[in-house]
Amino acid sequence: MNRWLWIVLIALGLAAPYVLYPVFVMKLLCFALFACAFNLLLGYTGLLSFGHAAFFGGAAYVCGHALKVWGLPTELGILLGAAVGGLLGLVFGSLAIRRQGIYFAMITLALAQIVYFVALKSPFTGGEDGLQGIPRGKLFGVIDLEDSLNMYYFVLAIFLAGFWLIDRIVDSPFGQVLKAIRENEPRALSLGYDVSRFKLAAFVMSATLSGLAGATKAVVFQFASLTDVHWATSGEVILMTLLGGLGTILGPMVGAFTVVSLHSKLSAIGSWVTVIIGITFIVCVLLFRRGFVGELQHLLRGQFGAEPGKPQAGGKPVAVAQPGSGGKH
Amino acid sequence: MAISANAILTQAMLGLNNGAFYAMLSLGLAVIFGLLNIVNFAHGAFYMLGAFVALIGLTQLGPWLGMPDLQINFWWALLIAPLVVGLLGILIERTLLRRLYGLDHLYGLLLTFGVALVLQGFFTNFYNTAGTPYPGKPEILDGVVNLGFMYFPKYRLFALVVSLLVCFATWYLIERTKLGAILRAGTEKPKLVEAFGVNVPLLITLTYGFGVALAAFAGVLAAPIYAVSPLMGADLIIVVFAVVVIGGMGSIMGAIVTGLALGMIEGVTKVVYPPAASTVVFLIMALVLLVRPAGLFGKE
Repeated sequence: MNRWLWIVLIALGLAAPYVLYPVFVMKLLCFALFACAFNLLLGYTGLLSFGHAAFFGGAAYVCGHALKVWGLPTELGILLGAAVGGLLGLVFGSLAIRRQGIYFAMITLALAQIVYFVALKSPFTGGEDGLQGIPRGKLFGVIDLEDSLNMYYFVLAIFLAGFWLIDRIVDSPFGQVLKAIRENEPRALSLGYDVSRFKLAAFVMSATLSGLAGATKAVVFQFASLTDVHWATSGEVILMTLLGGLGTILGPMVGAFTVVSLHSKLSAIGSWVTVIIGITFIVCVLLFRRGFVGELQHLLRGQFGAEPGKPQAGGKPVAVAQPGSGGKH
Repeated sequence: MAISANAILTQAMLGLNNGAFYAMLSLGLAVIFGLLNIVNFAHGAFYMLGAFVALIGLTQLGPWLGMPDLQINFWWALLIAPLVVGLLGILIERTLLRRLYGLDHLYGLLLTFGVALVLQGFFTNFYNTAGTPYPGKPEILDGVVNLGFMYFPKYRLFALVVSLLVCFATWYLIERTKLGAILRAGTEKPKLVEAFGVNVPLLITLTYGFGVALAAFAGVLAAPIYAVSPLMGADLIIVVFAVVVIGGMGSIMGAIVTGLALGMIEGVTKVVYPPAASTVVFLIMALVLLVRPAGLFGKE
């Protein structure tokens, strides 16, 4: 990503807690990191996981337990959470990449449901009540994280580090291979790339960073709950990514901000929020598959005549399946 | 710890009952996927909708219309709910899904996920998520039948038999009739079938309507057994997805057999090792992926 964008991003991040409520901005940052991590898989590798809540929520529980019961330092707890996310990702990924296309989504969804039931039934998760009273602790034993500004800048640092890593991955030769797989898997295979290993690596990276986001969220809010591991959360991270723009570096961030703000603005209307989220999904899929950032890039490039639903570089390519071509996966 | 054979058989029968619902839903998913290339995430929501049409028709429709005597009883609901929900499905196919043909599968999944959220969120506003009992179980199906090894509720036996009949009727329709032959041909080569003068878009619309109606029918059958809840479909659809991954969507009979078998295994797990009952289907899915990635009835 271009240097000026970085400067703007960091400046916004530094100034935000003086304009907005810090806890709200921290929530935004956690979900933005989650969505960016998800985009690495869906947007850049073309794999739709419907089970990312398992990494996000699983890491939140483990990090919470490590801080509360084992008394681990905060930074180690968060790293442990990310590692657990990555480990779960390795297990899920190695099973799910055995099947392609739409099965991939169904497998990840079903596997995530195991994690959900474990969280529901295990003694250490607090079941329906969730894991409460997670201490924020002191960063490196010195900086008191109970102070919300200290906590904020810690979260901002985690977010920027995660985001920088994703940006690096995407621009690296490795990222180019991922995009090649997304564009044309058989061709990538015929060029000699071990497609399965690349997919698995992307999956594990995405899961680790999702775990990082989930563990951080648990420290910010001082609890981990069943919502974090529920399939609805997997659905929301898809929406964030889709709404902001698949395969764009800034899109998921914009999408996460939109969805999180939507939730906080509409919290009074109860489950109508679910209806609105559902309608947003439908509208997004039908009318702007490129998402906010994708559409904007498209306009800026002045490519008006392009075929709808077929974004240029940086967008998710589509148009592979014809109706009736059979379920031969 | 000794587990009596009787307890196992009892749970196997109850599980078979659940399995029949898995079979009906995965059947609908397979039929829809075959022709539309869409994994219908809203399938669970349509199942839930079927149960709600039955519930509302029995307890609320009359008062709403100012005719307190008007009640749609269970038998009528079995007919009306699939029709109403099927029509809604047709409407959705015509207005929304139709625009996605030719795009990647994942857009169909995401769109129907949106539809499922809308339906589920809507009903959550008006009904308790813990569930409302359906009071309209026909009197003739009250009581139990002695199966020799257990007393089985008459209604459950009825639901089991009816769902099996529906499953096999669907199998017959698709595998053994002219209409089914056209449908299967449409799955393989839609352009060619169209050239033979078959109205493929109409076929697609009706197929979606039929698949969705099947889900609603299952919903009505389920209403007297389980409480009618806005979340009943969401909980079920994920298990059904796992069933579909295990069986593979290529074969109708495969979907039926896998659904029934997994229901039974789930039931037996409730006796043998209760904590795993809710996850056993997913664990089996993981195992099948390791051993036979294409699924038990897959063609790869």
